[in-house]
Amino acid sequence: MARMKFLCDAERCIECNGCVTACKNEHEVPWGVNRRRVITLGDGEIGEKSISVACMHCTDAPCAAVCPVDCFYTTDEGIVLHDKDLCIGCGYCFYACPFGAPQYPQQDAFGVRGKMDKCTFCAGGPVADNSPEETEKYGRNRIAEGKLPLCAEMCSTKALIAGDGDMVSDIYRERILKRGGRPQTWGWETAYNKTS
Amino acid sequence: MIKEHSKMQTKGRGRLRAMTWSVLFIVISAMVLPTASYLISSDTAFAQVSNDENQRANFWRAVRQGAVGYSAVSGVESGVFINNGGQNWRQMRNGIIATYGGWSVIGAPISILVFYLIRGKIRVGAKKSGLTVPRWQTWERIMHWYTAVLFVILAITGLSLLFGRVVLIPVLGAKGFSLWASLSINTHNVVGPFFSIGVFAMLLFWIKNNIPNATDIKWLTSGGGIIGNTHSSAGKANGGEKIWYWIVILVGLLAVCGTGLALIGWVAQWGIGDSTRATMQYMYQIHAIAAIIWIIVFFGHVYIGTIGTEGVLQGMITGRVSTEWAKQHHDLWYEDVKDQAEQVQSNLPSGTETHNLTN
Repeated sequence: MARMKFLCDAERCIECNGCVTACKNEHEVPWGVNRRRVITLGDGEIGEKSISVACMHCTDAPCAAVCPVDCFYTTDEGIVLHDKDLCIGCGYCFYACPFGAPQYPQQDAFGVRGKMDKCTFCAGGPVADNSPEETEKYGRNRIAEGKLPLCAEMCSTKALIAGDGDMVSDIYRERILKRGGRPQTWGWETAYNKTS
Repeated sequence: MIKEHSKMQTKGRGRLRAMTWSVLFIVISAMVLPTASYLISSDTAFAQVSNDENQRANFWRAVRQGAVGYSAVSGVESGVFINNGGQNWRQMRNGIIATYGGWSVIGAPISILVFYLIRGKIRVGAKKSGLTVPRWQTWERIMHWYTAVLFVILAITGLSLLFGRVVLIPVLGAKGFSLWASLSINTHNVVGPFFSIGVFAMLLFWIKNNIPNATDIKWLTSGGGIIGNTHSSAGKANGGEKIWYWIVILVGLLAVCGTGLALIGWVAQWGIGDSTRATMQYMYQIHAIAAIIWIIVFFGHVYIGTIGTEGVLQGMITGRVSTEWAKQHHDLWYEDVKDQAEQVQSNLPSGTETHNLTN
């Protein structure tokens, strides 16, 4: 069984925000919610580095550990999903997440945030695959169609790679061997360190 | 023979000396030699080279330490790569707070029950005259019960959010608990500010009763009548009530209400601090720990105010207490109000606990 992972190659990412746009368009994510974002350190300076960040689908997911209603679950492929019908919008997963992945559609006077939304690795949610309900709540389910996440598919420089962890590692290893230098598997230590 | 023996002795002593010095030399060298690297590292050229060589490592180190970059996506801390406090917060909440807090909340009522079984109810000693003196004004009682009712609501909803996953999901099921948790968090967030007003009113209107003085120290050192049967002197509020009051103000108003208002984003809106994840993590931890302390002390307050001591609850319900009760528990205050003593018929339905008042 595959173990799905994301990897962003900082030597290739050019901060085009194509992944962000692809994701927003594919899943019709509400205004103000972004499941994926690109962060640039030293923006505009020589040697600037960019990374595309979303839910990394951690092995020992902190969001799932702190959720007061236990609405998270991990699929057989290692994808961390959540049930919006159970979510109470408390915000704890956002406090715990290392990557800032959880997003909330609102923030009103008494701290009500609405149901949490985050990257699903294009795998939808707990309802029937690609049913209108799933599409509305969680976005498209590309995994059910045998496709990989659209952000990685559309990445113009192939900096963002998504798929089975072993295959992702092989692609990245090949790159490192060709261009030299040490590997920088950003976020992997945090997300997959425990058992992988 | 003798000469040879002494020769052997000197030879042995020489060997011993040589061995001691060798061991000493080795030990000192082992300690001193490695420190020689400091001489090299203090060289500026060395430091410069290491920076040039590890530029990329420095970059990732900055990221790991919570560096903020630029992101075209706007949102809460969207430029932060790694939220470093998250795992610490998780371990504090799920570990220390949930474990020790949970057992404390269960343990407190059990200890109180054990205490009650040993100590029993503290009764009014003197014979009943039927005379009562006014203790709590109507507005004071309204303030007390308003805050008390909201406290219970907040305690139940707050504990549900912290322990519900372990305790209530097995009972209610995931769906049922989700509904209850949703109701809990919304109630908690809306009731909290109204509750804070009640506690703040107590700070303003009851502080004059609760300034600590020398009488309180005597009251506390003699066990306050809770331990033993002696009744020390006390004014309107005794040492124990003053401690409870200051726990309400310091732990309650500052540590619980203050952080609660921060957690729903109000404090940041008033221009104090921010709503970053680091702030929320700290606020949450203080809120949870202080609230659990408050709940535990609250159990004690409820015990003393109801089954623990005869005649206390009547004071907060009807506003009047018997002169005997006043003399026994608050003798100094009784001197101030004894000229207001009257024969007052209780408004409570007969049969309940009215004998406390009139006896």
